[in-house]
Amino acid sequence: MAKVKMTVNGRHVGAECEDRTLLVHFLRENLALTGTHVGCDTTQCGACVVHMDGRSVKSCTILAAQAAGSTILTIEGISNGGELHPVQAAFKANHGLQCGFCTPGMVMTAIDMIRRHGANLDEATVRAELDGNICRCTGYHNIVKSILAAAAEMGGVKQAAE
Amino acid sequence: MGVEGIGASVARKEDKRFLTGKGRYTDDMSVPGMKYAFFVRSPHAHAKIKSIDMAAAKDMPGVIGILEGKQLQADAIGNIICGWMIHSKDGSPMKMGAWRPLANDTVRYVGDAVAIVVADSLGEARDAAEAVVVDYDVLPAVTQAVKALEAGQPQLHPEAANNLIFDWQLGDAAAADKAIAEAAHVTEMKIHNNRLAPNPMEPRATLGIYDSAEDHYTCYTTSQNPHVARLVMSAFYNVAPENKLRVIAPDVGGGFGSKIYIYPEEIVCLWASKKTGVPVKWTCDRTEAFLTDAHGRDHFSTVKMAFDKDNRITGLKVDTIANLGAYMSLFSSAVPTYLYATLLSGQYAIPAIHANVRTVYTNTVPVDAYRGAGRPEATYLLERTMETAARELGVSPAELRRKNFVRTFPYQTPVIMNYDAGDYEASLEAAMAAADWNGFAARKAEAAGRGMKRGIGMSCYIEACGIAPSAAVGSLGAGVGLWESAEVRVNAVGTIEVMTGSHSHGQGHETTFAQLIADRFGIPIDNVNIVHGDTDKVQMGMGTYGSRSGAVGMSAVVKALDKVEAKAKKIAAHLMEADESDIVIENGELKVAGTDKTLPWFQVALAAYTAHNLPPGMEPGLKEGAFYDPSNFTFPAGCYICEVEVDPETGTTEIVQFVAADDFGNIINPMIVEGQVHGGIAQGIGQALLENVHYDPQNGQLITASYMDYAMPRADDLPSFKLSHQNTPCPSNPLGIKGCGEAGAIGSPPALMNAITDAIGNNNLTMPATPQKVWSALNAVN
Repeated sequence: MAKVKMTVNGRHVGAECEDRTLLVHFLRENLALTGTHVGCDTTQCGACVVHMDGRSVKSCTILAAQAAGSTILTIEGISNGGELHPVQAAFKANHGLQCGFCTPGMVMTAIDMIRRHGANLDEATVRAELDGNICRCTGYHNIVKSILAAAAEMGGVKQAAE
Repeated sequence: MGVEGIGASVARKEDKRFLTGKGRYTDDMSVPGMKYAFFVRSPHAHAKIKSIDMAAAKDMPGVIGILEGKQLQADAIGNIICGWMIHSKDGSPMKMGAWRPLANDTVRYVGDAVAIVVADSLGEARDAAEAVVVDYDVLPAVTQAVKALEAGQPQLHPEAANNLIFDWQLGDAAAADKAIAEAAHVTEMKIHNNRLAPNPMEPRATLGIYDSAEDHYTCYTTSQNPHVARLVMSAFYNVAPENKLRVIAPDVGGGFGSKIYIYPEEIVCLWASKKTGVPVKWTCDRTEAFLTDAHGRDHFSTVKMAFDKDNRITGLKVDTIANLGAYMSLFSSAVPTYLYATLLSGQYAIPAIHANVRTVYTNTVPVDAYRGAGRPEATYLLERTMETAARELGVSPAELRRKNFVRTFPYQTPVIMNYDAGDYEASLEAAMAAADWNGFAARKAEAAGRGMKRGIGMSCYIEACGIAPSAAVGSLGAGVGLWESAEVRVNAVGTIEVMTGSHSHGQGHETTFAQLIADRFGIPIDNVNIVHGDTDKVQMGMGTYGSRSGAVGMSAVVKALDKVEAKAKKIAAHLMEADESDIVIENGELKVAGTDKTLPWFQVALAAYTAHNLPPGMEPGLKEGAFYDPSNFTFPAGCYICEVEVDPETGTTEIVQFVAADDFGNIINPMIVEGQVHGGIAQGIGQALLENVHYDPQNGQLITASYMDYAMPRADDLPSFKLSHQNTPCPSNPLGIKGCGEAGAIGSPPALMNAITDAIGNNNLTMPATPQKVWSALNAVN
């Protein structure tokens, strides 16, 4: 067992967990932050994406112990009170989600994508960048549209497809 | 329609919780004292269980209990059943082999559950499961349906000689044979519809809670139809009587058919909770999902299509062998029969049709309905054959289809279905215009200049949705009626709760069902709550599959709304001293037509509950329920056109354009309908280009058991889609809607395969059209 401390969504947290505990299970089981999901066992689906020290990571591929001392941001931590983050708002406006299971990972990936590419984001780039996130409901059409709309809203210049 | 009424693209009410991480899926549930389950599963495709040694495992840290099949049987927990009876053409009933929730003597596929381990943590349960020693006597296995029928193959169930479950037929064999014998041209094909894994992103999960004080069970589960789960677990599996079993399907992360069925894990976790005295949660990992979720498709067919000298279809003969896996899942028998052969007329007037279907046991996970369920198989077979016929006859594929379209309605096909309405030409025209069909030759020439092979293909699909008229399906062997229920509760302040037996697992019912109420009464959708997925809250329901929530579930809501409206009008007429027939409801008010007398909706609701001044003899309250049983199936139809470029150096296919023109009848929320089509097309493209379940034919091991081996469509595999809608209202339900959930997955595979085979000039290509297969096919003709 290990005592792991980190900062999650602005709060200093610590909990005892088995050494083998993955960050995603630490978030879900120890901190009851169940917005981060587990959709596969092989680091393919991206439902578990969170930000660690400002960069998107798959929380199923990092031990909680490896994340000790880091700053973690999850889907629960990105909206400002009752107001949705611009990426969340764009997903809602553009029907970028259906069952909602892949959505937290998609949103966290999108935020990081927009941070890195800003105004240079176009449809081909978004599709290439989404390679690590699987959605089975939307056919990605409206996810791509949502991310391009959010990028435009957040300061990018390219308009959404259609 | 109003900004929130029927026809408005209202943003979804449910989105906020999903976007903020506040969705509540089954694995998110946690109750005091809850422990974790891990299943010991067979590593062999076929074996006798000689012994199970749990001694070492029981002493492992954290272990609370380990239970096996013999204990389950001793407690009289029943076998898992198939709920749709099919009779062979000789009159004998289908051969249903025993499916124990925990195998106690024989395992029949890799992943067959053998024992359950309950421990303090998931890790400890998994460790202990590895320490359970099962001694197997390994038997030969067979995974392919065609082979399983041959003499001398391994036999799965004693009831089913040569692994044959049933040998069924539909239509007139003599008439079809005569048409083929007298034809001016016959197109013949062998068609393989590849096996798929549904892959909702949320893996299956269940939380079984037994309350010994109340002798009551609660089952949280990832289900598309919690009421059916409760019914079946009570009536057939002897888990608990219905009044002592509550089934809750909270937020469910996609289903696509795979979450219709009642699987061993729900049953075993409920039973294990009673045996161990703790709540038991099980969550599937992805490899376990590939191994144990019901798969889809897996048909081998031969087809003969006969034409007269004017290129009119005169007959169709189909012979299909369908793989149902190791056991018969809940609706498995209906998929390759009444959901498949009944659609073999497609959009065409075909005077004589005969289909013969044999279903077969193999050492693979059970096969059941997956998005489209039988209709994709029928459409793929027909539309590949039509395209091939057009090439053989030297006519344009559009012309051949046009010539054979059904044009007058209602139209009785020779295979049961009675098409009520449609305009197939309209969808064809719309799709061809959107795809710039006439400009294709120039685009092909331009691509050739770059060294690329460009191809175009179409498919005209029809499906039967709105499943289903209860008497009709009853006469065809269904074990249940397929109506739907609804209850509309108007609160005293005028807000409304709607209880529906439909279940949303991504479809957006909380929004679209609320739009019905907004449309009818002119109150904001924020004042309406849609309640579903809990057997304690909703009395009964048949759930969501077969694109039935709109056509059947919403129709039940409409019937209940009719009753609510009638009573509200009576109350309003009484209060305003007007004639009931003069009352109209607009913008949240009840008005006396032609006067300035008006009452706000909430005031009428309040009057119903205060009951101080109601019409003589009227009961207080404003709450009405309804059951709606459809009078016919609905028949969504459309035309899809796909354009591809194949790189002859690598065999890689790029989809450069995908056009869908769908006729879903009236549409409640266009944005949501388009989302359904997008997702369906992606799954259809996945089937045609990427996805394939592969079992090792020698030993029955599942080779494609993770996302590293099974090619799920990713964003960069797909284009954006061009959609349009043609709207011929469905005459069979009050809203005129047909259903949109499956069309994309039904119409797209043949369009894509027709395009690729057009590009490479070789029709001999099977799904999925991987670069290797395409390259080989291309080089076989060059």
